[in-house]
Order: sequence, then structure tokens, then C-alpha cells
Amino acid sequence: MGLDLRLPIGLLLAVIGLLLAGFGLASGGDIYRRSLGINVNLWWGGVLLAVGIILLISARRNRSAE
Amino acid sequence: MFRIQPGFIDYLILACYLAFVIGIGFSLKRTVRTSADFFLSGRSIPAWITGLAFLSANLGAQEVMGMAASGAKYGIATSHFYWVGAIPAMVFVGVYMMPFYYGSRARSVPEYLKLRFDEKTRCFNAVSFAAMTVFSSGISLYAMGLLLAALLGWDFHASILLSAFIVLCYIFLGGLTSAIYNEVLQFFLIVAGFLPLVFLGLKDVGGWQKLVDRLKDVAVSQGFAAGAFTDSWRHLGDSSRNPMGIEWFGMLMGLGFVLSFGYWCTDFLVVQRAMAANSMAAARRTPLIAAVPKMLFPVIVILPGMIAIALTGSQGPGGFHLPPKPDGALNYDMTIPLMLGHYFPPGMLGLGLTALLASFMSGMAGNVTAFNTVWTYDIYQSYIRRNASDSHYLWMGRMATVFGIIASILAAYLATRFNNIMDFLQLVFAFVNAPLFATFLLGMFWKRATGHGAFSGLVCGTVAAALHHGLSLPKGAEAGIKGGWLGAWTAYPSEMAQNFWTAIWAWLVCFLVTILASLFSKPSPEDRLKGLVYTLTEKPPEEDLRWYQRPAPLGAVILGLALLLNIIFW
Repeated sequence: MGLDLRLPIGLLLAVIGLLLAGFGLASGGDIYRRSLGINVNLWWGGVLLAVGIILLISARRNRSAE
Repeated sequence: MFRIQPGFIDYLILACYLAFVIGIGFSLKRTVRTSADFFLSGRSIPAWITGLAFLSANLGAQEVMGMAASGAKYGIATSHFYWVGAIPAMVFVGVYMMPFYYGSRARSVPEYLKLRFDEKTRCFNAVSFAAMTVFSSGISLYAMGLLLAALLGWDFHASILLSAFIVLCYIFLGGLTSAIYNEVLQFFLIVAGFLPLVFLGLKDVGGWQKLVDRLKDVAVSQGFAAGAFTDSWRHLGDSSRNPMGIEWFGMLMGLGFVLSFGYWCTDFLVVQRAMAANSMAAARRTPLIAAVPKMLFPVIVILPGMIAIALTGSQGPGGFHLPPKPDGALNYDMTIPLMLGHYFPPGMLGLGLTALLASFMSGMAGNVTAFNTVWTYDIYQSYIRRNASDSHYLWMGRMATVFGIIASILAAYLATRFNNIMDFLQLVFAFVNAPLFATFLLGMFWKRATGHGAFSGLVCGTVAAALHHGLSLPKGAEAGIKGGWLGAWTAYPSEMAQNFWTAIWAWLVCFLVTILASLFSKPSPEDRLKGLVYTLTEKPPEEDLRWYQRPAPLGAVILGLALLLNIIFW
């Protein structure tokens, strides 16, 4: 098939992760009262970024292996 | 009504998602050269992708929001839809049925019926299925438009047209491959958007043990056994002691056997994903791979409902609670969107809304791709234009995509004008679907079953479903769309119990009539049934596969895990 699906999924998760984590770093205080005082943007953004990067690396490895 | 006000960051995340969805469509455009590429992805997709798409095509927003609503209404017993219903059926279709679907080279489920039985059986299935897909994608469009208008204040017409247009774009360009790839992307987003919600909700309640304690109070206050919301089996002995209003036999036979097997084993919407796999082994693994995340999905779709009902009424002002509807009942259906708005700060809110939109689109795309295939192969090629060139059918597939989406939009508007018509149509489709699994079971495992037998079984089963519905009524309902329109002979404790028993009767009548009518009609010659019936088909070779790649051991492991879950949450 023409397209390794891990690329777009990894890329999208990484981009969303970056946006969320960046926004989480820049924001604080009051808006996190609703999420029980947890900066979910920063934490979950970091998780998504990590998952995205893992997918991208595994797609790249696969390509160089071929 | 509660309003959510998304900010710039939220719209930015949503825009990223939309750009990727359409981008996938464009990048797959050049892979579509023949009609087989468009409708079957050229049978070239690896099993992990078809597996996740198999799961995701069923994860429309109505499923996600409906399961959360049931979690709030019925508690953990909702997991029967997964651990008793879906999982065994998915193992069965992978291990026993996929060899016939994939091996017969049929291009659709109705086409399998044509190969195995005859033209009229195929026609009955193809026409009812095509109509059903259009209406269900219309109804989900309608639900989405209403939700976005109520929640975000978006324009009803604009949200319907925009999401229909995006789905149209990516299917038109890349066909089934594009739908499948996007379903996998949507699956990741659904998990990414909803999992933190469960975490925050659970933290708000004070952990699992606290949740169990609070649900005891909820159950007692509604007049059920104390553990009715957290024990899945213990209170099924007596239909009055559990909120579903069903006893174990009706649950096991109606939901576990007839309805779930009927859906997961015969509905082309999901089977089509497995047919796109790149080998017989991959096709058989598709539902098995899907079963693993499916088993864990109650955490994402049912647990939020249980959390929501536990929090309702036990929190101080400003805490989460389900609001009452005008008629006084709690607004269960809005559980997920309300929790999104309550717990997610800007940023995560965008991701949560993206997940909601992603699940709408994956459900709709599933219907549209199933529709364009059945329309083009089973209706257009069979009855309208028989021997055209392949490029003509490819063109017709793209046109059918456009037409199917326009028809869905019309159905959505029909639903806004005549809500009763939609309820009525869904009821009729339920009657047509209920007996289907009996036909496939006999077709695949009993070589003596004939075309006349299958057709008369299907018709009688459908009529039996309608009769049973017409003669029974759930407790407290008025005769009409809920049943009893021929006179209420029996009353069921709940609508769910009535549905399950309708399915059981339909199945039984179809099963018996098919056998009887088959015995009275001429048997099909055996050489015509090769590859279509169990006893006349060679087993697919498995020697070069490792044990975990073989369907049977994999299926056994999955069934064992599902059994374990049932025992843990007994």
C-alpha cells in the first residue's frame, strides 16, 4: 500500500501533543480548577507526544529495513 | 441547556484533525485504479489496520454516547454488550465464518448469499441493507447536528453539511482504504480524547472503591439490589432486581447469541473491513485483533456513565451532575458531552470535541462505504447494468458515494420533520435483521440448506419479529411504536427484555422454517457449494503460522480473557 499509516497517526498525535503541552506550559491556575487542579494539557500532551514519536520512529525503522 | 465555549486552541486542534483526515484521502487517491481498489482496498491491508478499523467502524458517536447512557442507566450490566455479546461473536466470525467470506471471493455479504443460495435471497438482503445504511447514517448526522447546536451553539445545517462534506471528500478520493485508514486514526483520537475523562471522573469520585459504595446508594434508592450497578451477573436471576429488567436466559440467548452474532457475523459494515485484509490469515485475525481492545472498551464508554450517575446528587453545588430533562427523567444521553464540558480545560476540550467528531465520522464513513459497495455490486451490477467495464463500476462507486451522502443528508432532514418515521424505520430494520444469523449459520454449516429454504426462512423470521413486537408491550408503555399494536398479550419488564425476546423468536422461526422448506426443496449440487459450506471446504493452511497467528488458539485466549472479566465483575 502506498502509505504507512503509522506516519500520519504518529504525526497527528505528535502535533496535538505539542500543542497541548505548549498550551499547558503557558497557561496555569484558574482554568485547571475544573480538572481538579491537574494541568491535564501538559501531562496528556506529553503522553500523546511520546506515543506519536514512537509511532514515527517505528515507521522510519521499517522503511530503512526494507 | 449547558453550553461549552471552545477557544482558539480548541479550534486549532480540531482543524489539525480535519486537515489530516482530508490529507489521508488525497494521499491515497493514486492507489485507486480499479473498482476492487475502491470497494475492497485491493485486498491489500495488513491485519492490525483492518482489525482496528473493524472496531472503529462500529464506534459511531451514537454507540459511544449510547453506551455511556446505558452505563448510567443500568450500571456495569451494560458490559454484557461487550463481554457476552461482541467478544464471542467476533471470535466466531474470525475462526469459523471468515474462511467462507474471504475464501469464496465474494465481494460483499449479499454476494455471498447469492453464491450460497440464490438471487432472491441476495436481493432481499442487499436492498434492506442498502436502505438501512443510508438511514442510519442520516440518523447519526441528525443526532450530531442536534448535539453540536445544543452544546456549542453551532448552526445545525452548517454542522451537518460540513461533516457530510468531509466524509464525502475522503471516501470519494480514496475509497474503502481511505475510510479504513481514517477509522484507525479516529480510533486513536477517540481513546486519546476520552481516556483522560475517565481518569478525572474517577479521581473526582474518589477511586473505584468509593464509586462502588456510591453506586450502592443509587441502586437502593431506585429500588434494586444494592450491588445491581456494579455486579454484572449476580442479580440477573430475577428481572425485577436489576435495572435492565432482564433475566439471564433472555440476556444470554437474545443479546449474547441472536443479536450480537447477527450483527458482528453478518453485517457487511464490519465484515467489509475484514474482507479488505491482505490474506486469508489476516482476514481471520481481523476480528480477533479487534476483540482485544473491544474487551477493554467498557472502561472508556461505560465507566463514565457509572461515574456520572454516582456523582449526580452526591456532589455539592458546582459538582458534576446529570441534569433532568423536561419530563423529569435524567438526561442520560448527554453524559459524555456534559462530562467533557465539566472536566476539560481549554486545550483538552478541543481534543475531547475532536474525539466526538471523529466517532461521528467513523460511524458515518462505515455506513457510506458499505452502501456504495452493496449498491454498485449487488444492485447496480446485478439488476441495472450487467456487463460494463471495470472503470464504469469505479465511476459508479464514486457516484454512489455522492448519492449515498446526499440521501443521508435528506434522511437527517426527514428526521427533523418526522421523528416518528425514523423510529418506525429503525423498528422495521430490526425486524429484518433479527433472523439473519440463522440463515448464515445454516448456510455455512448445513449443505442441505437451499435457496428457497433460506428465503422463506428470512421472510417468516421477519414476520415473526413483527408479530412478536405487535403482541407484546414493555411495562408502562402505551400501545403503538413500542409494541402491542395487535393487542398486548404479554408484558415485559423492560423495553430491552422485549427486544431480546423479539430477536429470539425471529431467529427460532427463521431457523425452523429454513430447515423445513429446505427439506421440501431440491438440494443444490455439491460441486456448486465448494468453498461456501463447512463440510465441503478445505481448511485454510496454517503450518507456516506461529501459534499466536493462528485463529483458533488466538480465539481461545481471547474467550478465556473475556470469561475472566465476567468472573471478576460477577
